[in-house]
Amino acid sequence: MSDLMRRVTEFLAAHDPAATDRWEFLRARFDAGLARIDWPQGLGGLGASPAEQAAVDAAFAAAGAPNNRPALGIIGLGMASPAILRHGTSKQQQRLLRPLWTGEEIWCQLFSEPGAGSDLASLATRAVRDGDDWVVNGQKVWTSLAQFARRAILVTRTDPNVPKHEGLTYFVLDMKAPGVEVRPLRQITGESEFNEVFLTDVRIPDADRLGAVGEGWAVAMTTLMSERTTIGGGHSPRNAMVAPLMNTWRSRPELRTAGLHERVLELWVQAEASRVAGVRRRQAQAAGRPGPEGSAAKLSFSELNQRITAVETELLGAEGLRYADWRPERAPEGTVPAANRRYLRSRGNSIEGGTSEILRNIIAERVLGLPPEVRVDKDIAWKDLPR
Amino acid sequence: MSVVDPVMPDLLESEVEADLRSTVRTLLEKRASPAEVLRRTESDEPVDRALWAALIEVGITGLAVPEKLGGAGASWREAAVVGEELGRALAPVPYLGHSMAVAALLAVGDEDLLPELAAGERTATLAVSFSTMPGSASVGTTSVADARTADVLLVPAGTGASAELIAVEASTATITPVISLDMTRPLADIDIDASGGGRVVARGQAACAAVDHALRIGAMLLAAEQVGIADRVLEMTVAYLKERRQFGRIIGSYQVLKHRCADLWVALTQARAVARYAAVCAATDADDLSVAIALAKAHCGPAALRTAEEGVQLHGGIGFTWEHPAHLYLKRAAADAIALGSADRHKATLATLVDIPGPG
Ligand SMILES: Cc1cc2nc3c(=O)[nH]c(=O)nc-3n(C[C@H](O)[C@H](O)[C@H](O)COP(=O)(O)OP(=O)(O)OC[C@H]3O[C@@H](n4cnc5c(N)ncnc54)[C@H](O)[C@@H]3O)c2cc1C
Repeated sequence: MSDLMRRVTEFLAAHDPAATDRWEFLRARFDAGLARIDWPQGLGGLGASPAEQAAVDAAFAAAGAPNNRPALGIIGLGMASPAILRHGTSKQQQRLLRPLWTGEEIWCQLFSEPGAGSDLASLATRAVRDGDDWVVNGQKVWTSLAQFARRAILVTRTDPNVPKHEGLTYFVLDMKAPGVEVRPLRQITGESEFNEVFLTDVRIPDADRLGAVGEGWAVAMTTLMSERTTIGGGHSPRNAMVAPLMNTWRSRPELRTAGLHERVLELWVQAEASRVAGVRRRQAQAAGRPGPEGSAAKLSFSELNQRITAVETELLGAEGLRYADWRPERAPEGTVPAANRRYLRSRGNSIEGGTSEILRNIIAERVLGLPPEVRVDKDIAWKDLPR
Repeated sequence: MSVVDPVMPDLLESEVEADLRSTVRTLLEKRASPAEVLRRTESDEPVDRALWAALIEVGITGLAVPEKLGGAGASWREAAVVGEELGRALAPVPYLGHSMAVAALLAVGDEDLLPELAAGERTATLAVSFSTMPGSASVGTTSVADARTADVLLVPAGTGASAELIAVEASTATITPVISLDMTRPLADIDIDASGGGRVVARGQAACAAVDHALRIGAMLLAAEQVGIADRVLEMTVAYLKERRQFGRIIGSYQVLKHRCADLWVALTQARAVARYAAVCAATDADDLSVAIALAKAHCGPAALRTAEEGVQLHGGIGFTWEHPAHLYLKRAAADAIALGSADRHKATLATLVDIPGPG
């Protein structure tokens, strides 16, 4: 048994999951360095290679340990934490990481605006310095999980007189602060997953600024890179993405047709190819050889998930015509929604976290080194750009 | 039925493999330039025997053979690295056929021929039609790959309990070259003289298993080769798009072209992963080997072919010329997509292996 797994065993012996309070248990796991083994010592980790993280998680799950609400923690853990680790002060790291990891605090991401989506750097939400605080005004949109979130990562404009990438500053926002208003938006599936967020004279202490003034773009880039590997980069077992389709296919022979058989086989192959590529990418990352393959993962995941759920809906025929529920409540955590609901949700996969078009641009320009698009907004102060 | 989740092995390249790759690549860059490969296809001697000899020197014929049989005692993983590099260069050498013969003999534990083949003192091939699918009964000896330079032919004969695998001296067979779609891998029809003798190396079930093993190893190496083809074509195409100007712009700055390249690159990263998975499964004789090979052939063939087709298109008129190597890659990719079982046939195999039954 590795040293690490011995630590896990000892920890579980000292903290019986069945007899320990959920949050106490998770906090203790964080303090023991067994939350994210690659995070630094004293900050939930051991400064180890992430290669064994999956084994650690599996051992905790097998012992019946409480989970940290991974579905709700996706933004905080997947996107905010890498930015905090990389750009935060040690005080900020001490304060923010533990409740984020335990799931006591759900986080959301206040990046997109009505006028700034793919072109995130053109955003208009203003932050103006006032003593030890910043005063923020603006509107954000498409903010997933804002209705549950305790904190948000927020990009603002602090200097309109310089080109758009240079005048940005990044903050951690307390969603309970006065002036923060969350209005749910209803989406294609009927439910309300994302929101509009209005910020009116919201005061943020300067201590909650992440990174230097005017250097918000670099912090945002760290966040966006992590976002892409988070979406579509999970430790999925064989068949995970295609599992519901396969279950229906196997259990309902009367629905099968030759044409669909072709498509199902092809989707199995593509899903497995994408999964094996993901395994290889994570191995490279764990071995300290991160490659550019991460940007491929999100792109192929999005499109595959769309095709898989489309075939499943078609396969279901008459059942695919009926919809479970158009009411705006979010489906409870842990349930697998019906195929046609997953089909509708999947249309967002190629938009959220950077559209497929933008990802292809990134691969073509940064990986393959093809020339960038012709730029009309370079070296022009943000305030002078046409909007 | 492999519906269970396989434990995923290490898919990264080792240092030894990286060294092997760079040795082979350096050699091929020197000795098998596109112009040289094209010239070779137009000559009477479509296989580059001098290049083959140089590659034997490097030790590529014995990689998967244990040391006690005269090999390097490495594995099919390393052999796959070579396959990939030979694919990148479209090297006109009989590596694939020879490796299939070696695989068949390894399966039966032959101690007569293997040392010679491992050392590259003699060259062999598996005498089955190049379109034969692993797992299927071998279907004749027309369109056999790598037969023209073989000293020894491994010929499957008979079926079931009376099946045999016979090692025949090529000099006793009639080998008729045919004109091949893939100009860099010549095919031939073989006629074996029934009275010509030869040595039976395996009988019955063992003979069938050896042939099947050889075909699977061949398919695995072919998937590696397909990765090499896609890799090189994409590299060439991207280089061209960075240099060619039209309408006052480098054409690689047009988004529609960039996006097509990005999609090819995504398919390539996946092809590399699944081909590698098949190679590692072959090296360790993993339970998931059949799935891994069918997966690799189902994915890598179409990926390489699409890349080769896009390669011709994105080069415009120059890509349609005889001088430019784009057509050589297209022809190799098109032939490879049929060789050792098309993607559709491998998907049909998967239907059984991973339980995705058809209608009715
Ligand atoms: C389900 C969902 C959840 C989301 N959650 C969040 C969240 O939590 N927080 C957050 O901040 N944002 C979130 N978003 C917003 C998301 O990041 C943006 O929608 C996305 O970046 C696209 O921006 P846009 O909607 O303004 O579209 P636009 O940028 O206006 O794009 C419109 C179309 O034009 C294309 N396009 C734009 N620019 C180019 C270009 N240069 N080349 C080629 N094509 C181009 C796009 O690909 C798209 O097809 C979410 C979105 C969805 C769908």
